[in-house]
Amino acid sequence: MNASGDRRDPEVRLEDFGDFETAWCPGCGNFGILAAVKRALVELQIAPHQLLFVSGIGQAAKSPHYLRANLFNGLHGRALPVATGAKLANPELVVLVQSGDGCSYGEGGNHFLAAIRRNIDLTLLAHDNRVYGLTKGQASPTSPRQMQTKAQPGGPTSEAFDPLAVAVTMHASFVARGFAGRQAHLAGLIAAAVRHRGFALVDILQPCVSYNRIHTHRWYEERCYELDGSHDPTDRDAARARIESNQERIPLGILYRNERPVLRERFPALQSGPLVGRSVDRAALAEIVAGF
Amino acid sequence: MSNPTTRNLVIGGAAGQGLGSAGHLLARHLVRLGHQVLVTQSYQSRIRGGHNSIALRVSQRTLSAPQERIDLLLALDQETIALHAGDLAPEGRILAAGSPSLPDELRSRTLRVPISDLGGKPLTNFILLGVAASCLGLEASALASAAQAALQKRPELAQKAAGAVRAAQAWANEQAGVRDGMGSVRLPAGTEQGQTRRVLMSGNQAIALGAISAGIRFCAFYPMTPATSVNQTLVSLSERCGLVVEQAEDEIAAINMAIGASFAGAPALVATSGGGFALMTEGVSLAAMTETPLVVVVAQRPGPATGLPTRTEQADLEFVLHAGHGEFPRAVFAPGSVEACFHLTRRACLLAEQSQGPVFVLTDQFLADAHRAIEPFATEALPELRPGSGVPEGAHPAGSFTAAPPSAPPAETAPGDYRRHAFSGTGVSPRRLPGGGPELVVTDSDEHTEAGHLTEDLTVRRQMVAKRLRKERGLRERIVPPERYGDARPELLLVGWGSTRGAILEATDRLRAAGRPTGALLFAQVWPLEPESFADALSAAAAVIAIEGNATGQLARLIRRETGCEIVRRLQRFDGLPITRDYILRALGAEQARSGATKEKP
Ligand SMILES: Cc1ncc(C[n+]2csc(CCOP(=O)(O)OP(=O)(O)O)c2C)c(N)n1
Ligand code: SF4
Repeated sequence: MNASGDRRDPEVRLEDFGDFETAWCPGCGNFGILAAVKRALVELQIAPHQLLFVSGIGQAAKSPHYLRANLFNGLHGRALPVATGAKLANPELVVLVQSGDGCSYGEGGNHFLAAIRRNIDLTLLAHDNRVYGLTKGQASPTSPRQMQTKAQPGGPTSEAFDPLAVAVTMHASFVARGFAGRQAHLAGLIAAAVRHRGFALVDILQPCVSYNRIHTHRWYEERCYELDGSHDPTDRDAARARIESNQERIPLGILYRNERPVLRERFPALQSGPLVGRSVDRAALAEIVAGF
Repeated sequence: MSNPTTRNLVIGGAAGQGLGSAGHLLARHLVRLGHQVLVTQSYQSRIRGGHNSIALRVSQRTLSAPQERIDLLLALDQETIALHAGDLAPEGRILAAGSPSLPDELRSRTLRVPISDLGGKPLTNFILLGVAASCLGLEASALASAAQAALQKRPELAQKAAGAVRAAQAWANEQAGVRDGMGSVRLPAGTEQGQTRRVLMSGNQAIALGAISAGIRFCAFYPMTPATSVNQTLVSLSERCGLVVEQAEDEIAAINMAIGASFAGAPALVATSGGGFALMTEGVSLAAMTETPLVVVVAQRPGPATGLPTRTEQADLEFVLHAGHGEFPRAVFAPGSVEACFHLTRRACLLAEQSQGPVFVLTDQFLADAHRAIEPFATEALPELRPGSGVPEGAHPAGSFTAAPPSAPPAETAPGDYRRHAFSGTGVSPRRLPGGGPELVVTDSDEHTEAGHLTEDLTVRRQMVAKRLRKERGLRERIVPPERYGDARPELLLVGWGSTRGAILEATDRLRAAGRPTGALLFAQVWPLEPESFADALSAAAAVIAIEGNATGQLARLIRRETGCEIVRRLQRFDGLPITRDYILRALGAEQARSGATKEKP
């Protein structure tokens, strides 16, 4: 995750993250996710200034504006590359990416695959409401075929994308699913994801009360169950079986986890610390120029 | 042979025959001997795919452009003769591998080199190099040792190559044609070099070194000719210079990564060509909106679309000038030499930090790939970037950009009260880095408040637009004015930008030597334009001609837009080849003027 532990900061409390007015619809799943994020950060004792949130564009991507932390709210689909650059520049920052399913898996789909392959050490919180909220209800990559929308009156023309199946298949180093309606459980998952060294995906099932009539709070409550000790998250086949089994039973928890080298270890330049604040080695440069 | 100081060697053959490595070996050797050398692709309009050629122009004086006429042609295959013999100077010579069939008029000017006797086909490039060394009058064995040293990583090849060079040189020294017939080819001794030995460097290499010297720490790229060698040079120096260079999944990711790195405090650069830059445009707009310093190098090649990937053009000026949605200021540099690639990239890096936004370096395939002997850059005293603590005083002629001294703490010291986008007279806000202290650094691609949070307050919107646009004043105060050359009140003024500088300088010299008062106006920065810095030069000339490597006269139109002054006469080249001195002179119908002057070799 980060190198935040070396600073002895005063105790981090919930109030440190503030309390802001939001632009979300009452009853939106984003409220539960925001609350869980703050709880996780208190559990982790990470202070606002040690955190960098990066988000894209959408209802979900507004979340980091509603707590106190460093924030780069970039373009639709591009949160992961910005976060990757920032983390490489300063690996001491704890980096969290927050965006919707459209932003993370649609417009940013290529970056999602690349982040898994790089194993960049950050946490992706994908608010998965299975619809485009901000643009008022078009199908998203995770919308099922039977979901009718204004733009897709006969349902989406493509099969739904399964981010967890893809992530596990690609040996993503941390794959979890949470539900906005189970705050305490979700907070635990987020904390575990941030603690994990490497790319950590938390796909968060999020009811959208305005545009998704199928996947309501109740629909999820009836189907979700929490993984217990009987699931071994280091067993990839078991993870796949859980993900691909009966859609009427949706597992929540850490589905899969592995330990592998993180991106920054591949750069010799980062062995001596962050890139920030260094000066040019003039003697080396003169030697390099003379060698051309 | 009056004034026989400049020689033009062309090596041609099939792709894979190793003529690039042979050419660079010879070029480097000549630089070590004190010669001025310019290495370019041999630009020849009849060239088809599969044929490669490289041109070495060698002289005692500083060279600024390639020439078309060939003094010595090294033909590794038959096709080379067919393609290039037309450019042979009247006393030019050909060194041909094996026994190609030759038209009568070339027979007496060609030396056939028995490749199989001298080391065999795989060593053809080195064998011809050895013969060429002999023709040029280079000391035997020195080139062989240079070959050995250059190939030290492949000891077996090094041994064979050195042997081939030596054998070929010995053979050539025995040939009557070499002893007596190479007067027009032989090189005088190299000039004395000072304490600093000259080095052989390309435009792209100079860009990479300029960036490193200014403090660039991060680069993300997706490979695209002709920008790749900027990224490649950074990769090869990354460990030694402490850089992170990452190949991204696409150009969109590359520019967004660079913006993320820069935001977090690692000065960042991206380098690409037109098609890749098309994908990056959303990032240009993002850098402007989030006020994140970013240097973007665009190495032009002919478009539209994939165009001619390995050729040159200057057709993306308008694209770079307008790329990115919305309104925001920017600066665009267009270096005209290898040295300028270094210095203007440095300047771009500092200016990006000072203006907290995107700054461009616009080059093209010709300048990117051309290698030239240069004096090594003095790197000791050059200022460098310190994101978050301002650009050092003296880094820039016009001083610091920010209204407040860069080292002063922001007015708001309570944690969390820091405002990343605080309003200021210059439009530039004090910069802090995330994680650098208790202040929270917040920014947004949405319109935002001073604190960086998204807003739909339309009053704030108006203020933010004005704030961002205020930076243009600072950019204008730091303009590199166009270079003036030649006569101040000329009969003809040649106007150009970027990589055509060398050709225009040499053409100006020729025209003046032929008695025609000529001047040149050369833009190394194409945006912003300050009419006061050049309008008088345009009006002082009896006639003005705009020389550009594009089909529509993009600089001429920009000048008209900014000054109202229309340059009617245009010299435009868009066949993928660079504008050369000879091309300009031909186009100006100056051949006649030239024939009146001394019959000097080009
Ligand atoms: C390049 C680009 N294309 C399209 C948009 C418009 N847009 C904004 S948010 C969005 C989709 C939002 O869906 P999602 O990412 O799932 O987030 P949600 O609003 O549902 O939380 C789209 C298409 C944009 N801002 N930028
Ligand atoms: S549209 Fe849906 S996702 Fe967006 S705020 Fe409303 S309920 Fe939440």
